[in-house]
Amino acid sequence: MKLIRIRRKGSRSDDLSCPELVRLVTDYLEGAMSKTDRRRFDAHLDACDGCGTYLEQMRDTVTVAGVLAEDSVDPVARDALLTAFRKWKAAP
Amino acid sequence: MPARADQATRPESKEWPLVEALRSRDERAFAELVERHNRTLLRVARLYVRDRSAAEEVVQEAWLGVLEGIDRFEGRSSLRTWIYRILTNRAQSRAQRERRQLPFSALADDHEAAVKETRFRPTDDPRFPLLWSVPPRSWPVERILARETVQQLRAALEHLPAAQQVIVGLRDVEGWTAEEVCEALAMTPGNQRVLLHRARSRMRQALEDYFEA
Repeated sequence: MKLIRIRRKGSRSDDLSCPELVRLVTDYLEGAMSKTDRRRFDAHLDACDGCGTYLEQMRDTVTVAGVLAEDSVDPVARDALLTAFRKWKAAP
Repeated sequence: MPARADQATRPESKEWPLVEALRSRDERAFAELVERHNRTLLRVARLYVRDRSAAEEVVQEAWLGVLEGIDRFEGRSSLRTWIYRILTNRAQSRAQRERRQLPFSALADDHEAAVKETRFRPTDDPRFPLLWSVPPRSWPVERILARETVQQLRAALEHLPAAQQVIVGLRDVEGWTAEEVCEALAMTPGNQRVLLHRARSRMRQALEDYFEA
């Protein structure tokens, strides 16, 4: 089958494009890719600085998310639950 | 989905003392669990039921279910996964009574772009089709964990659609594994990944906007 799309010099039909890499980045980080797709992904990264930076930014984003602490529990809700706990404890 | 052995709460696991403490009616153990999980449980419940007060009721019911079930907890899953399952079971029956659609059952198949199309050259670009036209630039290392950056990300997270907020909260904020999240929320790995991807993509975009401003 003849490729209609004009491709970069030296590129092959199974090369990943930048938008495809962006779409697949979570599958890549999650290890949810076939070996073949992973190879295509890595090959693209080797050749494309922009996508390398994109991947790095996704990793940075996850790192920043990791330091977001959860707010503490609403005291009214906590008191209600502890009251329920005491009732449960007192039950025979 | 069967629990994997490495997530189970067996007598030898780190979580087991908490299970034992709860069984011996130790209030501090219960308070610790509430502190750790209540907010996210509430956020999960909100995915199923119509308003906040209904969600609070469901969460309270779930905690009672935890107390009533703890003596029979066999540790086939992690303690937190088990707690979330109790919640989602209750929230589900409530949602069915309210005739609401269950979350995660049918994910909208909108192809929400992770970055704007205009960031790439067009398909028919004579030299570099689909390459970045505005490539991302590395963020300054010393600013990545700065307080201001963290605040920006928190704001971005709070603006995410509710289901995305729950998933990225469990995965990236609280550090759960994908398997645990799927089991706790009774969702498929594929759906979990789609939501995680959308959430992370939006959060990345928010940070980029902030750094490029």
